[in-house]
Amino acid sequence: MDFVLFFLTAAIALAGAIAMLVARNAIHSALFLLLNFGAIAVLFLLLQSPFLFTIQLSIYAGAIMVLFLFVVMLLGAEQVEAAQDKLPWQQPLALVMGAGLLVIAVITAVRGGSNDAPPGGEAAEAFGDPASLGELLFTEYLLPFQITGIILLVAVIGVVVLNQQRTQAQSEETPGERPSSSVQP
Amino acid sequence: MDSIQIPPIDFRLIAPLLVVTTWAMVLLLVDVFAIPANRKKLTGYLAIAGLVVAGLVAIPLWDVSGSTFSNMVVLDRYSLILTWIFLIIGALTITMALDYLPRHGIEQGEFYPLIMFAVAGMILMAQGTDLIVLFLGVELLSITLYILTGFAYPRLTSEEAAMKYLVLGAFAAGFFIYGIALTYGAVGTTNLALIAERLADPAAETNQLLLLAGASLILITFAFKVALVPFHMWTPDVYEGSPTPVAAFMSVGTKGASFAALLRILVTALPALEPFWLPVLGMLAALTMIIGNLGALSQTNVKRMLAYSSVGHAGYILLSIMVVSERGAQAFLFYTLAYTLTNLGAFAVVIALEQRSNATWSLDDFTGLYKRQPLLALAMAVFMFSLAGVPPTAGFMAKFYVFTTAYEGGLGWLVLIGVLTSALAVFFYLRVVIRMFMHEPQGELEPTLDRGLSADIAIAGGLTLLFGIVPAPIIFLVERSLVAAGG
Repeated sequence: MDFVLFFLTAAIALAGAIAMLVARNAIHSALFLLLNFGAIAVLFLLLQSPFLFTIQLSIYAGAIMVLFLFVVMLLGAEQVEAAQDKLPWQQPLALVMGAGLLVIAVITAVRGGSNDAPPGGEAAEAFGDPASLGELLFTEYLLPFQITGIILLVAVIGVVVLNQQRTQAQSEETPGERPSSSVQP
Repeated sequence: MDSIQIPPIDFRLIAPLLVVTTWAMVLLLVDVFAIPANRKKLTGYLAIAGLVVAGLVAIPLWDVSGSTFSNMVVLDRYSLILTWIFLIIGALTITMALDYLPRHGIEQGEFYPLIMFAVAGMILMAQGTDLIVLFLGVELLSITLYILTGFAYPRLTSEEAAMKYLVLGAFAAGFFIYGIALTYGAVGTTNLALIAERLADPAAETNQLLLLAGASLILITFAFKVALVPFHMWTPDVYEGSPTPVAAFMSVGTKGASFAALLRILVTALPALEPFWLPVLGMLAALTMIIGNLGALSQTNVKRMLAYSSVGHAGYILLSIMVVSERGAQAFLFYTLAYTLTNLGAFAVVIALEQRSNATWSLDDFTGLYKRQPLLALAMAVFMFSLAGVPPTAGFMAKFYVFTTAYEGGLGWLVLIGVLTSALAVFFYLRVVIRMFMHEPQGELEPTLDRGLSADIAIAGGLTLLFGIVPAPIIFLVERSLVAAGG
């Protein structure tokens, strides 16, 4: 059963990746990438890593994809332009390096039995599951956890501050068109 | 299901940090809901009050030491003195900005809590004994500074400065986290004391290649943050473009905090690697002293000159860091305090001469300043003498302290370079003084001296002179500082 499921998801992941590369429309590319992310999330689940599964879905498929789509739409860069390639040597180089990476991956997969325990002993039973991770965050890593929260707060303040200033500056430049009261927070 | 047992936490040990962050968060809300848009200065006063309270809270901690949060932060006298220095930096910066921001039309209440968050990041860097906490401290400081450099956003130079700092800073953050990962791969821990333990243990197998790669990446990060040559390229542009109080804050704050963290890493975690990092840092220090001071020679823009001068001073501070001993840490603390006061004062004078319409920060603005504002000119002369290291100023005592420590620590050739470049530096610092006193004033430039700036210049100038003439109390203080391992 697992085996069938694996091949199905792997095929979907591969199809998504290839389709992403060949799609001419950037939005389509992004959506195919989403398909690929989803399939990989399922692969994580098959490897019994529920935490990676959720992270993959919420961070990659959720946050990063939305960011991608926003950028593509805001820039209006849906269509690939037929402009001349400014770095012609890039494509062959990328092909060679990609092939090299593939060879390394295949060699590693063939040589190292993937069923062996990782060096340094067997991983703990609860390794990488959300519960033990959460426990670590609230015990050993309590301070970093809290500081991360403050860093995110500062980042949010920054976005608000910098944007607010821009609207104020614009309203100063065009006082007639935009009453300054309307841009007050 | 078992409930999670939160380990006991000694909140006393992070009391200043707690006060600063909590105060900043509450102040954000107070600023939005209780303070009207035309009274934003009140936010600034409240922020200063918060920093003062944090400083007072820290006083009873003088005899307390220990670590908490699973040994991730430590309180020792070293971090306590640094905490006070950082609080002073924050308070003086806010005082400078109180009238600067409205004068330049960029006043927003969030400025003051952001400075407090940056101070919190700096305190964290002084107290952290775990690479992860240090990383988060660096990030808290950096992200705040990205925002603050872009605070004059409609102004193109400010935008440019923020972008440059953001892109390069993001790179540096990547280096740091990669370095931490590699170090973890080599020794299996991120705790500084435990790293030293593993390295000292002959039975433990550590992958030297991974360890050296990780250590180099971490060194590069700090070299970027404190602007050591050849990682200094961003400094003049960023200082020039950012609002002047922010540039002042960065020039002393980022440097002090990053060096503090670097010293702790070298002393606590990597003493075993000294044969590796000593020559590397030695080369960096030599290059920094030479190129920083040479770069300042040709500047006609005072803000850029101060930027290059801050690069040069990073080289001198690095000398004290490289002497991994109690005396090195003491020299570092003394130098940081002297440099902080002097540089903040010099930037405050620059702010007084800065016009909103025509901000060129040209050396010409100083011409004949003595005839217009004798006191301001005298104060600037004190700051220039102190930066150059001429007695009887704090800068002289600090340089003397660092050079003797480095010489005793066996860094003779670096001390030679340090003395030679200091002599070179006298030229461009004195150029400003000569212009102020020997030339007739030109043009119509009226310095704007508001109350905050006057207070700033008076405090900084007074203390610079005081610590130059009577350095004993500060030496007494720093000699009782000990870098605790915390583990």
